[in-house]
Amino acid sequence: MESSARAFKENARAAVADPQLKRALSHVKEGFIGKRAKAAAKLPEFEVLRDAARDIKNHTLDHLDLYLEHYERKVTEAGGQVHWCPTAEDARRAVLEICRAAGARTVTKGKSMIAEEIALNDHLEANGITPVETDLGEYIIQLRGETPSHIIAPAVHLTKDLIEADFRAHHTALPPERPLSEPRQLVNEAREVLRDKYLAADVGITGANFLVAETGTSVIVTNEGNGDLTQVLPRVHIVVASLEKIVPTLEDVSTILRVLARSATGQECSTYTTFSTGPKRAEDPDGPDQYHVILLDNGRSSMLGGEFQDMLRCIRCGACMNHCPVYHAIGGHAYGWVYPGPMGAVLTPSLIGIEEAGHLPSASTFCGRCESVCPMRIPLPKMMRHWREREFERHLSPTGARAGLALWAFFAKRPALYHFVTGMAAPVLAALGRGRFRRLPLAGGWTAHRDMPAPEGRTFRQLWAGHRQGGSR
Amino acid sequence: MSEAREQVLGAVRRSLRRGDTAETLAAASAATGRIAEHRRNLIPARADLPRAEQIALFETWAVQQAASVARVPDAAAVPGALAAFLKAENLPAEIRMAPDPELEALPWRDQPMLTVTKGPARESDAVSLTGALAGIAETGTLMLHSGPAGPTSLNFLPETHVIVLPAERVVASYEDGWDMLRARFGEGFLPRTVNFITGPSRTGDIEQTIQLGAHGPRRLHIILVGADAEGERG
Repeated sequence: MESSARAFKENARAAVADPQLKRALSHVKEGFIGKRAKAAAKLPEFEVLRDAARDIKNHTLDHLDLYLEHYERKVTEAGGQVHWCPTAEDARRAVLEICRAAGARTVTKGKSMIAEEIALNDHLEANGITPVETDLGEYIIQLRGETPSHIIAPAVHLTKDLIEADFRAHHTALPPERPLSEPRQLVNEAREVLRDKYLAADVGITGANFLVAETGTSVIVTNEGNGDLTQVLPRVHIVVASLEKIVPTLEDVSTILRVLARSATGQECSTYTTFSTGPKRAEDPDGPDQYHVILLDNGRSSMLGGEFQDMLRCIRCGACMNHCPVYHAIGGHAYGWVYPGPMGAVLTPSLIGIEEAGHLPSASTFCGRCESVCPMRIPLPKMMRHWREREFERHLSPTGARAGLALWAFFAKRPALYHFVTGMAAPVLAALGRGRFRRLPLAGGWTAHRDMPAPEGRTFRQLWAGHRQGGSR
Repeated sequence: MSEAREQVLGAVRRSLRRGDTAETLAAASAATGRIAEHRRNLIPARADLPRAEQIALFETWAVQQAASVARVPDAAAVPGALAAFLKAENLPAEIRMAPDPELEALPWRDQPMLTVTKGPARESDAVSLTGALAGIAETGTLMLHSGPAGPTSLNFLPETHVIVLPAERVVASYEDGWDMLRARFGEGFLPRTVNFITGPSRTGDIEQTIQLGAHGPRRLHIILVGADAEGERG
């Protein structure tokens, strides 16, 4: 997918000014947070399970080459084929070749963020194959020519009025006077429209939440059942997955499933968890004749063994963005690439470069809610700081910020001078500010949107010294 | 293709600093050992209960996830319970049944008004009937697998999915279900499809309000066989 992450500031400004988006995003705050908290509270072992899930993935990543080899062997034994793809381009080519060999005209798709990452739909369309998204949210945004704004709720940026207008504009064979203002009516209409597509498709493409090394199995976790119709009805099933989806055993996947649904939607368990191993067997009455796994690297292997390895534990539940005040304010599109929110702020620079995505790790208040809800205990704020440091080291931060930091560093390295200067400055600023500053030179970015509180006349160190001596002020 | 394989695996190995050392051999044996042992991690205690309560927990969670459950004393009562369900839900007396010997053995003659056909689902089928390998008490989840007796399309295409579950197949956890599958298919092998199903299909994609019947079944009905007798086993 093309990135507009460089334009993050402009994107964010436009998003904040969009009243429709604000209305739609209110559902994120209201819905996801309370549901997750309730589900976590109902399971006394939830916190210990988070530790266990983290440990499973840490072990897996430390042994990733070995589990990948075992996984491939098991897929092959079951009659499937693994296609190793170093880059997005390789993955697109592999999918197209399989579709062409199958003589495919239409392809149904379950939800897959990897398919978004490699911009699969555009590539298929450019080559004369029609991809049909079947997840309701994905279907809606495909009609609109948009990309997902959330990793588990792709159309979370839309209100039902907009969706109604899209359905009326696209489903022109249906009577124009039909009632369509209720979510139920919209869901039913999409269900009817997509039925025929499932039955007509030559190839079904799904993502994978997990790949199980023990059995060579791909796993999808869904609520709608679209991913299942996508993989059981066509002759060919293609799974697109990235290499860090591997887990060693069925027991390990079971443990992670217990934290996934609760963290994502606050469900005890998603409606459908489907384990697929190879094509249909000789005696099976239905199922696909071919089973292919597109195994994508696209930059992940270079995250291993370094300070961003922990990010590869991510299971794409979306809890970090559901709890992020920045995401609540601007939604997902402003981030400019496939992965929004805190996980995107860490992952995107790893995959497309800090030069391109330098703004994202800075789009954080460091409130720490993302890390506190991450089922895999990924230290997201710490890794955003790593990116900020790298950006600084590589002289990518703006001159003003660098100069400010250099000035501060000059004083910070000289505590006596720092103490002296701040001791002088505090009463002066207090007198000038009268409580707060509406505008500050060199800090226009801050004061454009809020006032800067003025110092109260004494520095923290002075106050602390007074406190230690027993006087409160 | 194998060039790409070496490229990806080589990059992974370099990042993990693999050499031809004792350390790498130890890592390899840790990985194969973990797979061979497939040891259980922590399992929530909630379903660790006497049989009657465990079965009740299965029902509670299934209902909480919008499935419906009917208890019948024995297998002979299944066709009657199914006919009653169809009538109560105002559904046609026509079912598409999995070619499962256990279901075929039921006394369908007792329900002459019911039309029963067998095989994978067709577009026109409104109601399917399947068996299940296990019911997982922990979350009210049903575990089904593909095979000659279990076409997967029956679990997703019809609007109503009815599952017959003998109560002795209610187990505590997903891990118990995996052990049942390993006993049937051997270590390291799975049938083409294993489905965990918890309630009917749903979506929250429009303004985060949950709607049932997104693409899969709108109704999931469980006929639980012999729960009272199983519960008395303690």
